[in-house]
Amino acid sequence: MPSLKDLRNRIASVKATQKITKAMQMVAAAKLRRAQMAAEAARPYAQKMEAVLANLGAGVSGADAPRLLAGTGSDQVHLLVVCTAERGLCGAFNSSIARLAREHINRLQQAGKTVKILCVGRKGYDILKRQYDKQIIDVIELRAVKQIGYVNADEIGQRVMTMFANGEFDVATLFYSQFKSVIAQIPTAQRIIPAEIPVSAASSTATYDYEPDEATILSSLLPRNISVQVFRALLENAASEQGARMSAMDNATRNAGEMIKKQTQKYNRTRQAMITKELIEIISGAEAL
Amino acid sequence: MASFPFELVSPERVLFSGNVDSVVVPSAEGEMTVLANHAPFMSAVRPGVVTVDGGKRLFVRGGFVDVNAMGLTLLAEQAIPVEEIDREKVAADMKMAEDELRAASTDEARTLATEKIAALSAMMAAVRS
Repeated sequence: MPSLKDLRNRIASVKATQKITKAMQMVAAAKLRRAQMAAEAARPYAQKMEAVLANLGAGVSGADAPRLLAGTGSDQVHLLVVCTAERGLCGAFNSSIARLAREHINRLQQAGKTVKILCVGRKGYDILKRQYDKQIIDVIELRAVKQIGYVNADEIGQRVMTMFANGEFDVATLFYSQFKSVIAQIPTAQRIIPAEIPVSAASSTATYDYEPDEATILSSLLPRNISVQVFRALLENAASEQGARMSAMDNATRNAGEMIKKQTQKYNRTRQAMITKELIEIISGAEAL
Repeated sequence: MASFPFELVSPERVLFSGNVDSVVVPSAEGEMTVLANHAPFMSAVRPGVVTVDGGKRLFVRGGFVDVNAMGLTLLAEQAIPVEEIDREKVAADMKMAEDELRAASTDEARTLATEKIAALSAMMAAVRS
């Protein structure tokens, strides 16, 4: 049976925790709005890029297609770019991305492929290093970055491009969490090298004039596309992270409230029991006289 | 004059979207004015100024123009309205890029710095004119 003082302390500490989780929830809500706006603002660019690529990609195919589009011809070495958050306390956000990546890795390893992992974000690295320390080639931290800009994504894109040019891998897959709503974030795997070209319908029938020629444009468009995809992944991730944190912290606040209620009830009962006990003692003492 | 839809998008935001009469685009092989009913056309963009309807001016760097029946789309890696360019910041960046060029030891770094300087001087020219 905890003493009254213990109970009081416990209630105070839960109240302090509740204040923190409440504050975190509100901060996440404010950040979510901004992150969501950024993610939505980036969508038109990625969509247009896809449309242009679809147009171009349909025209250039076969043996003379660039390697970024057609691949190296083998799929022995896989690069997984795993994008996660820099901070924890956001529910299952980080672990669900890591789980998807882990399933992917296991499948590839069973098929006898070589796997290399590039972690973007500290948390994913923390989770994956326990099992795949040897496969992780590097960690890119974005902790210092407040608002993710295209520059950050471009750096990662360039890095992946250089590795591809050096023949360090054949297939690259991007892991991130797609933002659907505050309560739904979908961990997604997206192949970026060789590029997945959406099959366009009627739009490719138009005959285009190219300046300079098709191949030149395509070869400068494809690397840019990778940076754009990374950028989109990072933005979707940022929004998802805040969304996940918001709902996790909302739950935490509610749980804390419940706990406070229970403990307060217990505290009051104990207090009353003690008062009753004291009264009985006084009364029976007086009666004995 | 017939108008057509024009969209200027950078990865971070949509800078311009609406119907216009004419757009001057700094394409890779020279300035080019696009009017309504232009033939389908695609080109790379060099650093320079996009002029919308002879008035609004926007600086763009790196990207593509895509003209088709649906209108003109410009995908720019970086885009900023000319009046928002900070002259002092450009000058400071220019100095930094020049230092980089001097310090560059590999061919790659040199090309990168030269490209940067070219973009910045185009930006400067845009502010001055």
